Amino acid sequence: MFELLKARLAHGYQAIPDPLRARIHPSFPGVPVFLRAHEADFSAAAALCPTQAIEGFSLDLGKCVFCGACQRNFPETFAFSPEFRMASDSRNGLVVQWDPAKQASSRPSVCPSSVLQQGFSRSFALRNVSAAGCNACELELGAASNVNFDMGRYGLEVVASPRHADALILTGPVSANMAFALEETWLAIPEPKVLILCGACAISGGLFAEEGALDRSWLTGQSAALFIPGCPAHPLSIIHGLMSLLGRVD
Amino acid sequence: MDHDTQQRNPFIFTFPEPLPLTEFISRISELSSSGYSPLGFFGTPEREILCLMGKAQHVPILLRTAFPAGHCYPSLSVTIPAFHIFERELWEEHGITPEGHPWLKPLRYPAGSPTKMESYPFFSSPSQALHEVGVGPVHAGVIEPGHFRFICQGESIQHLEIQLGYQHRGLAKLMANGDLRSKINLSEAIAGDSAIGHGLAYCIATEALCGAEAGSALKTPRRLALELERIAMHLADLSALAGDIAYLSGQNFFAALRTTIINSSLAICGSRFGKRWLCPGGINYGLNKEQNKTLRTTLLTAEKQIELSAKAMFSSSGVLNRFDSTGCISRKTAQELNMTGITAKAAGLQVDVRADFPAFEEGIFQAEILASGDVYARAYLRYKEIRQSLQMIDFWLSTLPDVKAAAVPLAKPRPNLLALSLVEGWRGRIAHIVKTDQKGNTEFYRIIDPSLHNWFALALAVRNEGISDFPLCNKSFDLSYCGHDL
Repeated sequence: MFELLKARLAHGYQAIPDPLRARIHPSFPGVPVFLRAHEADFSAAAALCPTQAIEGFSLDLGKCVFCGACQRNFPETFAFSPEFRMASDSRNGLVVQWDPAKQASSRPSVCPSSVLQQGFSRSFALRNVSAAGCNACELELGAASNVNFDMGRYGLEVVASPRHADALILTGPVSANMAFALEETWLAIPEPKVLILCGACAISGGLFAEEGALDRSWLTGQSAALFIPGCPAHPLSIIHGLMSLLGRVD
Repeated sequence: MDHDTQQRNPFIFTFPEPLPLTEFISRISELSSSGYSPLGFFGTPEREILCLMGKAQHVPILLRTAFPAGHCYPSLSVTIPAFHIFERELWEEHGITPEGHPWLKPLRYPAGSPTKMESYPFFSSPSQALHEVGVGPVHAGVIEPGHFRFICQGESIQHLEIQLGYQHRGLAKLMANGDLRSKINLSEAIAGDSAIGHGLAYCIATEALCGAEAGSALKTPRRLALELERIAMHLADLSALAGDIAYLSGQNFFAALRTTIINSSLAICGSRFGKRWLCPGGINYGLNKEQNKTLRTTLLTAEKQIELSAKAMFSSSGVLNRFDSTGCISRKTAQELNMTGITAKAAGLQVDVRADFPAFEEGIFQAEILASGDVYARAYLRYKEIRQSLQMIDFWLSTLPDVKAAAVPLAKPRPNLLALSLVEGWRGRIAHIVKTDQKGNTEFYRIIDPSLHNWFALALAVRNEGISDFPLCNKSFDLSYCGHDL
């Protein structure tokens, strides 16, 4: 008993006071920032990029695995800010582009869903399907509910049964062997429901996009409500993305 | 063996002459009876079977034979159970039948396989006294997919069959395609929870094939990264074990401590999982004096909290009641199945790559072991390993100069060589086996995750346990599905 009290005392208060406005260590690669539109750097970085995320003067966060190769090799052109708020409600919104008028790059944003805002803003239940995920996104989604990030405080929770869920949150690039189970889980969730793609693999196939062992045919016929980039997606990115979709971020 | 042969982990082999099948088999049996166990056994694109046999403190032995005539041979598993899963894989991938294999069935249904996951040939019993429980591939928590089929008598598990393959991404093929030197990101995604373990195994195998070695100043930061990953994942497991028995204080203590550790990794390389830290030839991110100091202080504070949390957890009668004597694995079983990592060490086996096949010259490593082989041992050993890793890191940090990111340039891999790299990941022995062809391109890339050896042990550990103890037993093993592309 005393051992427990001593441990509890040392443990202190662990919850991040406000996950929506938290600050991450500056080494965290969040939203990319283009420092200049340098054609040679962009094309050389495109050749280095392991997922072909760089094209022209743009970087697709749906493909980016945040390996930092572009930043390390061309630091005068590419930077990554520690900005974790980088989800988007559209696939195209994940493509960070150079705006010649502003001489700056764009940023992804989430437009709240009116249906979700009305019916789910205080309680939003997620059913995770891991379909060939490497267990990094899965661990980060798990961490979003832990004592530090505690997304439960907002009424966001991961539930055990699809019958209790309002959304399916997919991690992993969808292996052929998981395609059937993924679709079955989706069908088992009652309407209204939304699909959320978490991490580069779920969004684009990521590093596995080229391999024939995937089957993303069901996914291409669906329209996802939220795209959360990352390799893996950071718990703060996940929480901020979900809260933005529910219209709970000012 | 010629001058190309490297005698230390990572090992480099030139191809030996192929042996006739009978000699191949008898050689394996001889080696097995003199204490060698299989590190790898698989078919190659050149229609040969390769076998790597390893023994602590010895250079592993590479054996080679052509695919047998008639595509069958007498199964090795009958006398050496450690081969059971390798032989299933060989049979599935190349249609070579190990005759007399005790339980020959598909391992993962690779892409293009005509059979579907839904029609898996499960073992079943006609007895009216037994019932079946099927779980997965989609589980109640946020975990990787796999299917567990229990045959129970009342609450008691009589038999568990584990069907994997849902995570199959065609990894080996992707690793072998294109330039070997560009596979670091992919190797970190073999198992995201072992980004450093698999990443390091890839790096040292690649460096060996390219005839280069990361500078000696970079070895300590690499070891540090590996031990940091071990601490973080052992904490994750202690948290999850506590969660499985509704010991919520422990669940939260250890989860918060894991956050501290992985945020330290983020402060160095930008990733909580240590992704992008390593690169073939060196490291992408250094550790300056200030980072060194911050990390040391953070770990010293964490160590005190870990001590207090572990003391509280392992003295709670409620915890001990659930952990003690649950899911036992005997030393004999561990040895027969060639088990590795925490699960083997918790059953009394002295197996650890850091001691058996050291990749780094300095220091003598002694693995911690326990004897009881139950959930308690697997949990308590995690705590002991955390302490051990913390002590090692503290020592390294105290002697480490200002480390700058650096990498030696790597030439194209040398032709016609086979590299074997071994790394003690937090789950156990990770083996990467890479072969180059005559042009120096990758002929094949095999990844052998420690979990491969341990899955069957989980099925044995839960026999005669209550089905409600399955999550606890499963978590105490915490095996990887995607690590072996299963």
